[in-house]
Amino acid sequence: MTEKLQIKDKELVVPGQILAEGMSYIPSGKAIRNGETITSTVLGSASVKGHVVKVQALSGGYFPRKNDMIIGQVTELAKFGWRVEIGQPNQADLPLRDASTSFIEQGSMRKYFSEGDYVFAGITEVGKFIRLSTKTRPHRKLGTGNIIEVSPSNIPRIIGRQGSMIKTIKDTSGCNVVVGQNGYVWIQGEDLEKVLLVQKAIEMIESDAQTSGLTEKVEKMLKGGKK
Amino acid sequence: MAGKSSEPMMVKGKRLDGRKTNEMRPMKIKMGVVPQAVGSAEFSMGKTTVVAAVYGPKEVHPRHMMIPDRALIRVKYDMLPFSTTDRIRPGPNRRSKEISKVMSSALEAAVYTKKYPATVIDIFVQITNANAGTRTAAINAASAALAHAGIEMRDLVCSVAAGKADGTVMLDLFQPEDNFGEADLPVAMMPNSEGITLIQMDGDLTKKEFDESMKLVTEAMPILYELQKKALINGEASFEGGKVK
Repeated sequence: MTEKLQIKDKELVVPGQILAEGMSYIPSGKAIRNGETITSTVLGSASVKGHVVKVQALSGGYFPRKNDMIIGQVTELAKFGWRVEIGQPNQADLPLRDASTSFIEQGSMRKYFSEGDYVFAGITEVGKFIRLSTKTRPHRKLGTGNIIEVSPSNIPRIIGRQGSMIKTIKDTSGCNVVVGQNGYVWIQGEDLEKVLLVQKAIEMIESDAQTSGLTEKVEKMLKGGKK
Repeated sequence: MAGKSSEPMMVKGKRLDGRKTNEMRPMKIKMGVVPQAVGSAEFSMGKTTVVAAVYGPKEVHPRHMMIPDRALIRVKYDMLPFSTTDRIRPGPNRRSKEISKVMSSALEAAVYTKKYPATVIDIFVQITNANAGTRTAAINAASAALAHAGIEMRDLVCSVAAGKADGTVMLDLFQPEDNFGEADLPVAMMPNSEGITLIQMDGDLTKKEFDESMKLVTEAMPILYELQKKALINGEASFEGGKVK
């Protein structure tokens, strides 16, 4: 059996492309083992770390995982709680018991969340149904602000390494920004100009996601707008 | 197969448009032509031009079409009224329904449908200009659009037709060869695993001629694969004069 790597690090790969041959390589992300070869399942960028071959998708929708922090929009009130749209084929449920630590009285559900409200929630369960929770700290209802939609595959770039990018955006613009892992971003600020500037900066991160030195570029852009 | 032409189909070993028997028409592919779709591609093969757009995975409507454990691949193949020489009535007809059906099964074989349970992936294919080989062009465009949409697939699906005109077996028939020829054999394959996902035969071929046609098609697959791969990575690609650019 031959052990051979067919790709270079950071190379773009397409579905079905053979990435490595032999049993000593380990697939990760969107790569899979196919007999004695490792192939990619999506259009994405491949990375090689030792014997681990990883593929990250360039595009595609959001697929929920437990403990993800997402932004959703309440679409309907039901007997069990709220139904929330999270940019995914199936809607998520926010049960009454996971919505708040305080007791929710009958007929007072709209005091907490009503139709059209945006919530920052955590995913507690992914199975037949997707369950959300807003009980613990950072999770809450999002008030007046702008919501923009970005590709979920670019979310790690918007957050940056250990939150460096998002911190830069928040500090230089003075706006309040919440990023949901499902691709929704909520921006709130006193100054509309600045909110629009942040919006533009995020759009730029999305279009130039693969380039380096983005944080400096964003900082320059936001500071330039202040004058 | 609309009768015999008075003109010969082969002149001095060359076809009416100057190609050799094992040569494909010049091709072009461009990604992301439909901005509101999740993934899209425009593909042209000679004078045949198609646009494919992929929407989804999303919730299934009507509900009864939902498959609980996997995704439904729903294809709509549509020829635009101005795509042919005679105007064709818009809307679905017997032919377009059949092609939609075979395309859906040809592409379903390549998609990991179990990864998207209870959802639908909608693929809309519009034929903007028809000059024979629309279903093969549509499959190439749809496969590239699916990959562009970030859908998990086993392989890309490549497709081209072979056939017989004027007694000669040839690759990638164009309009006169298709109209006055004796047989047409569209094939779709997954080049890496060499699995056939679509094969239809219109007209008659002997066993020998069939084997010859399949050989021509199999040899053309790496070119189509390279073309789709280049287009997905660079945004566009073309095939002209035997080279993929």
